Amino acid sequence: MCKIFSSKSLNTDLKLTAMRNPILLIIQREFLSRVRKKTFLVVTVLGPLIFAAMMIVPAILASLPEDEKRIIVLDEAALIVPNEGRDEYPLEYLDPRENDLESAKAFFTTSEYDAFLYIPTGESWDPDFIKNNILLFGKDDPSINMVQYLDGLLETKLNEEKLLRNGVDPEVVAQSVTQVNIKSYTMGDAEEEAVQSATPIKMALGYIAGMMIYFFIFFYAVQVMRGVIEEKTSRIVEVIISSVRPYQLMMGKILGIGSVGVVQFLIWVILSGGIYLIASTFFLPELLANQADMGAAGTPNVQDVEGLAIFDIMRSINFPLILGGFLFYFFGGYFLFSAMFAALGSAIDQEADSQQFMLPVTLPMILALITATNVIQEPNGPLAFWMSMIPFTSPITMMIRLPFGIPIWQVFLSGAILVGTFFAMVGLAGKIYRVGILMYGKKVTWKELYKWLRY
Amino acid sequence: MLGPNGAGKTSFIRIMNQITAPDEGEVWFGDRKLQPSDIARIGYLPEERGLYKKMKVGEQVLYLARLKGLTTAEAKSRAKLWFERLEMNDFWDKKVEDLSKGMAQKVQFVTTVLHQPELLIFDEPFTGFDPINTNLIKKEIKRLSAEGATVIFSTHRMESVEEICDHIGLINDGQVMVEGPLLDIRKEYQNGTYAITTKNEVAQWGDAEIISKNSHHMGIAYMVKSESYPGTTVSALAQSGNLVSFEEVLPSVQDIFIEIVEHGPKTNRHA
Repeated sequence: MCKIFSSKSLNTDLKLTAMRNPILLIIQREFLSRVRKKTFLVVTVLGPLIFAAMMIVPAILASLPEDEKRIIVLDEAALIVPNEGRDEYPLEYLDPRENDLESAKAFFTTSEYDAFLYIPTGESWDPDFIKNNILLFGKDDPSINMVQYLDGLLETKLNEEKLLRNGVDPEVVAQSVTQVNIKSYTMGDAEEEAVQSATPIKMALGYIAGMMIYFFIFFYAVQVMRGVIEEKTSRIVEVIISSVRPYQLMMGKILGIGSVGVVQFLIWVILSGGIYLIASTFFLPELLANQADMGAAGTPNVQDVEGLAIFDIMRSINFPLILGGFLFYFFGGYFLFSAMFAALGSAIDQEADSQQFMLPVTLPMILALITATNVIQEPNGPLAFWMSMIPFTSPITMMIRLPFGIPIWQVFLSGAILVGTFFAMVGLAGKIYRVGILMYGKKVTWKELYKWLRY
Repeated sequence: MLGPNGAGKTSFIRIMNQITAPDEGEVWFGDRKLQPSDIARIGYLPEERGLYKKMKVGEQVLYLARLKGLTTAEAKSRAKLWFERLEMNDFWDKKVEDLSKGMAQKVQFVTTVLHQPELLIFDEPFTGFDPINTNLIKKEIKRLSAEGATVIFSTHRMESVEEICDHIGLINDGQVMVEGPLLDIRKEYQNGTYAITTKNEVAQWGDAEIISKNSHHMGIAYMVKSESYPGTTVSALAQSGNLVSFEEVLPSVQDIFIEIVEHGPKTNRHA
């Protein structure tokens, strides 16, 4: 065998002592190779716009008036005649003296009407008989909106008829219906006390923050997995780990991709902050002026006052805490999951093989999303508490809870558990990773992964 | 370093590169134990090698060199030299995915040697190269060796072993079967085969056995096998003026390889 000896001077020894931390180099490469991509720029700048569009466009589309659907009615019970319906659903009537169900159906088939509503009268005029025997025929499937509209119309009429038959004046009933509007306040420091409780806004914020952190963690953790698979399948990994330790490569990758996430998030925060600033600078004074005008005219405009209240409520929410929390829980959750994803990526040869391992790993996050509604309803309940202590669910559950204001010790405890778990997880993942990246063409099972942990 | 598939060549190379740790034993580098910092003194071209496909060649070369401890400026000036030497000046700004396999292998070769390692480990270095590039790389490896670098080859291509290596080691089942200077080992595995060319046909060969006999323009070429050195026969042929040439035939590395893998080494260890 060749001797591993060289007569060459060891001039490189001097350089070795000055050798920079390779993790920094790896972080730099991972960061730059992603940030320089056009897709990063597009997603970062357009992301918030696309996100906003995703929320707004369906709402706009849903609020657009439907095409007019003309409905022909055979109202044998004289229940709703001569109601003319509304813009989208104009009602026209057939004469019950000249038509029965069959002839009306025949007429409808050849006519240009879109739907045919049949209200029978029965033997005697019985509301219970009528309610069960109303028929609606459509040229296409009648839309839910149309059915809901007609349901409402018929129910109101039948209710009124029933009340009249029992000797009750429907007017009296209408006047007796009362809607309660509780104004809730949060007891806190003087400033907060004065502000009306922002529960609905906080709920929305909790949901959005929870969803966003899920997407962020998942999106970037999957990128770590992809990066590991790329290095493995392109076979560069053996060259790299002959220069750095597998653990350093894994950590460099996790930190590099994580910093891309943080930069992207900060850009989004700055963009959103800018939009909010513009909105509050230009629209708030206008709103105040409007309110003053209206006050003078004695005609308060409900919508504008609500708009003003939202600005007040926004001010009452502890945004720095939420943003800080987001960054912390993103990093914590991302570290935890990306370490697991890195281990998975190292164990498989192509992304398609990842499915069987992905589900068990992501299940806790999905569970946190499923329980989001319960957590929001009771942000300080036992479910919310335990879910925000378990490190696999805490990033999402905590983000949902944070806007509601929770005891600070819980934040610290949950944070400490998360940090502790990710250190442990990085250690375990590192063990699987260093074996996995050098294994090719082997179908890996959970049992196999467990074995690698013990190498 | 030779050995059949699964003999442990790659495992041993990975141990030298500190990619994996040995179950037992130690690795010494020169006069001291192998240290983690020694990675900068080793250049390793694995058999399963690759590059980042989306990364530009130049950036990639600098990145890998910096991981080995070079500064960017050092890496750049050395890379320029190597790119010129291997006729790859126009590669620098290309993405790896746009390179042919041979071109990518040149880049891999440069990344292996750029930090001027004292020990170079090549695992099947010529796989995928065309004959022209094979010669180019062979020449560079010889030059690096002449400049003082120790080169370890792991290969199945016996002809390149005979051409390049001074020492060989053959391992099987994780054990060193035979190790030492190539010529010594070939001599040790000499099996009494001689090539003798004569002007005229020879009737008597004593106890030697004729393996083959071919006529050509110089006369008749015999390949004979003899348990003892056929000195008397050869002297007689020389005296009668019938002898054209006489040569002891040493076994090829391939023959030795097959013999050892099938029957085990002649002795447990060669000095």
